[in-house]
Amino acid sequence: MVSSNTELAYQSQIEGGIIVSKADAVVNWIRTNSIWPMPMGLACCAIELMAVGNGRFDISRFGAEVMRFSPRQSDCMIVAGSVTYKMAPQVRRIYDQMMAPKWVIAMGACASSGGMYRSYAHMQGVDRILPVDVYISGCPPRPEAIIDAIIKLQAKIKTERAASNLFKASA
Amino acid sequence: MTAPADAAAQIKARFPQVTDRASSDHPAVNVPVADLVAVLTALRDEHGFDHLADLTAIDWTEGVSPRFTVVYHVYSSARGDYVRVATDCADDAEPAVPSVVSLWPGANWHERECYDMFGIKFTGHPDLRRILMWDGYPGWPLRKDFPLAGVETPLPDPEIYEETSTPVIPAPMMGGPFVASPGEINLTEAEPRAKDESWNERVEKPKN
Amino acid sequence: MPTELNVSESAARIATAQQAGGGSPALPDQDVVGEKMSLSMGPSHPSTHGVLRIQMELDGEILTKADPIIGYLHRGDEKIAENMTYNQFVPYTDRLDYLAPLANNMAYAIAVEKLAGLEVPPRCQAIRVITAEMARISSHLMGLGAFGLDVGAWTVLVLSLNQREHLYRLFEELTGARFTTSYTRIGGVTRDIPDGWLDRVGKFCDQFLPALEEILALLTRNKIFTDRTVGVGVITKEDAIAYGLTGPNARGSGVAIDLRKDKPYSGYEQYEFDVPVGTKGDSYDRYLVRGEEMRQSVRIIRQVIKTFPGGDWYAKDARKIFAPPKDKILSSMEELIQNFMIVTEGPQMPPGEVYFEAENPKGILGFFVVSKGGGVPYRLKIRSPSFCNLSIVPKICTGILISDVVTILGSLDFVMGECDR
Repeated sequence: MVSSNTELAYQSQIEGGIIVSKADAVVNWIRTNSIWPMPMGLACCAIELMAVGNGRFDISRFGAEVMRFSPRQSDCMIVAGSVTYKMAPQVRRIYDQMMAPKWVIAMGACASSGGMYRSYAHMQGVDRILPVDVYISGCPPRPEAIIDAIIKLQAKIKTERAASNLFKASA
Repeated sequence: MTAPADAAAQIKARFPQVTDRASSDHPAVNVPVADLVAVLTALRDEHGFDHLADLTAIDWTEGVSPRFTVVYHVYSSARGDYVRVATDCADDAEPAVPSVVSLWPGANWHERECYDMFGIKFTGHPDLRRILMWDGYPGWPLRKDFPLAGVETPLPDPEIYEETSTPVIPAPMMGGPFVASPGEINLTEAEPRAKDESWNERVEKPKN
Repeated sequence: MPTELNVSESAARIATAQQAGGGSPALPDQDVVGEKMSLSMGPSHPSTHGVLRIQMELDGEILTKADPIIGYLHRGDEKIAENMTYNQFVPYTDRLDYLAPLANNMAYAIAVEKLAGLEVPPRCQAIRVITAEMARISSHLMGLGAFGLDVGAWTVLVLSLNQREHLYRLFEELTGARFTTSYTRIGGVTRDIPDGWLDRVGKFCDQFLPALEEILALLTRNKIFTDRTVGVGVITKEDAIAYGLTGPNARGSGVAIDLRKDKPYSGYEQYEFDVPVGTKGDSYDRYLVRGEEMRQSVRIIRQVIKTFPGGDWYAKDARKIFAPPKDKILSSMEELIQNFMIVTEGPQMPPGEVYFEAENPKGILGFFVVSKGGGVPYRLKIRSPSFCNLSIVPKICTGILISDVVTILGSLDFVMGECDR
């Protein structure tokens, strides 16, 4: 886990109640612990996505149980299931409607690479139309694998220069 | 109310051009296109086959005539029996069969799917358009001369196609499925091989 | 509660109300029966149960036309089947109705076995019946949960998902996968049941029945639920037969077709169970039919456990169809060659055509297999229950409110993986 933007240091000399840290670290900390997924549940993987939301596997430990179907309110699109060429434009359209910062998890074999469906109607991987951050293999992936993907995504988000990019002089 | 074997016999008696069809399970008849609607009406009204279980087609490959066969399965809910009715399309290039939507409204979607997959036109259908693929898809997917990998064509939505510049491309078939062709084992060609080994991720597809 | 609103009647009511209340005098010629709005519900929508798109034409809140557009999950299964051996196609059958994969596996295996005229031994049939009934419970639980979620009852979904987790644990112990099991092969099943598995299934049934009563008690006499579902989406008996509806949707309308009783397969004739049939054909009836079917499934499972036969779990004499046991393959030449031929060439089937239908949780799943001999089918057609169930939507979704569309789709309980294949 390469991360230079995770240090949170507490300076007790100034006054109790002030924490000094890097802006990047704070913003990343907020973002990683509240990744609200947009479940693009297309096929069988959607059932495992629902299973990861229930009590046995509990994705809400990671702040991600708010699975609203509105792209405007979500951070991460989890493409769960087969993306056919007929459906692909709608997936892209919904991705465009999401607001930055946004990430994409390609869940399952069908979304990652076409899976076992090598045919005329199946898009061989959703990364042909979307920039994917994390791929999960499995058909369907176990809920533990989905949680592992969320953790990997959290590690990836922690390496971003979120606030630095904001404060950079525009030139 | 007649048993299916009797129903088939009676249909054969009434419509002289109807012949028996080889079948592994249920009684099956071959019906010429002209008699199709009459036979199905007789089966539904007089012999109690009230349920259209399935409507599909078979493509016997280019070069075989007749090329397309449309197959209907009817089921009698009172007795629990099936009859298979098969009809060959008269024309191989532009196959067409009369529609049975007037007999069973449920045939509407089945016929649209047959049209979508094989290009068989159903005359008299109220709304014959593609159902599984999008309008404007080139080709009829389930025909034997259409490749499993597909053909290249733009995405159904022109805006997204422009934005992503990703067309519909044939699926890469290298690496599988490794399977021999249907039919009896031919020991000279028995080694199963990938369908198209002319290109893979490292070697470009030859343009021909 | 009137759900069939007459469009022009309501428009006339609005017009008189406007005139009486002063309306908008700035637009005296305002035509209230104005433009119809075209709205697309889906394909990405929480209530459409997958990727279904309904192109609706609306007059205010009332639908005048509903056109379901499917095919967003069409993956080309039938074309793929022409390139796969019979055993290689089993994982694809899992993903048809992905809420009850074991039932699909069984239907496919029996269809292909009919082609060869193969009868599997009683133990294999009993295993298949137990797994199919557990799959039925699993599918109806999900259907109930999603239906409850759509009409606004969150707790139902959470409770039914909890029960499904128990089932997943049992499936995983038997087949290795939580769902998408790929459990059957042509001529048998993959492996025998583990020790003690039947006891665990019995324990599951014992704790399931009270839990089911708890789940159903949340909805059955709930005034909000009955207001939303009674009288909504009425399908007449004639329509149900004419449109090819099957399964709980048809039985809710009074059509008493159940292939387990009418054309028993895989040993169903040995077990005693009732088939619930509704009377009015509205969404409430369909919900009640599904609830009762789950209780009957438990009844069947208990009978199978009590009378579970011993013996082989695969067809031993099917030399060219079912691979011999692993220890023989690794030690004896003939079995090695047999295994090699079955894996590479596929189970050798005689030429012919066969059509077999099974009573799946969603309806009747049929497989039409055309074989020219060899291990690969020439044509495989999948008669999908959800495809036929959805074809009635244009008929019953006219003249109703949008929120009733959600109720109707939930009560039809379809799955797009099966509908589009």
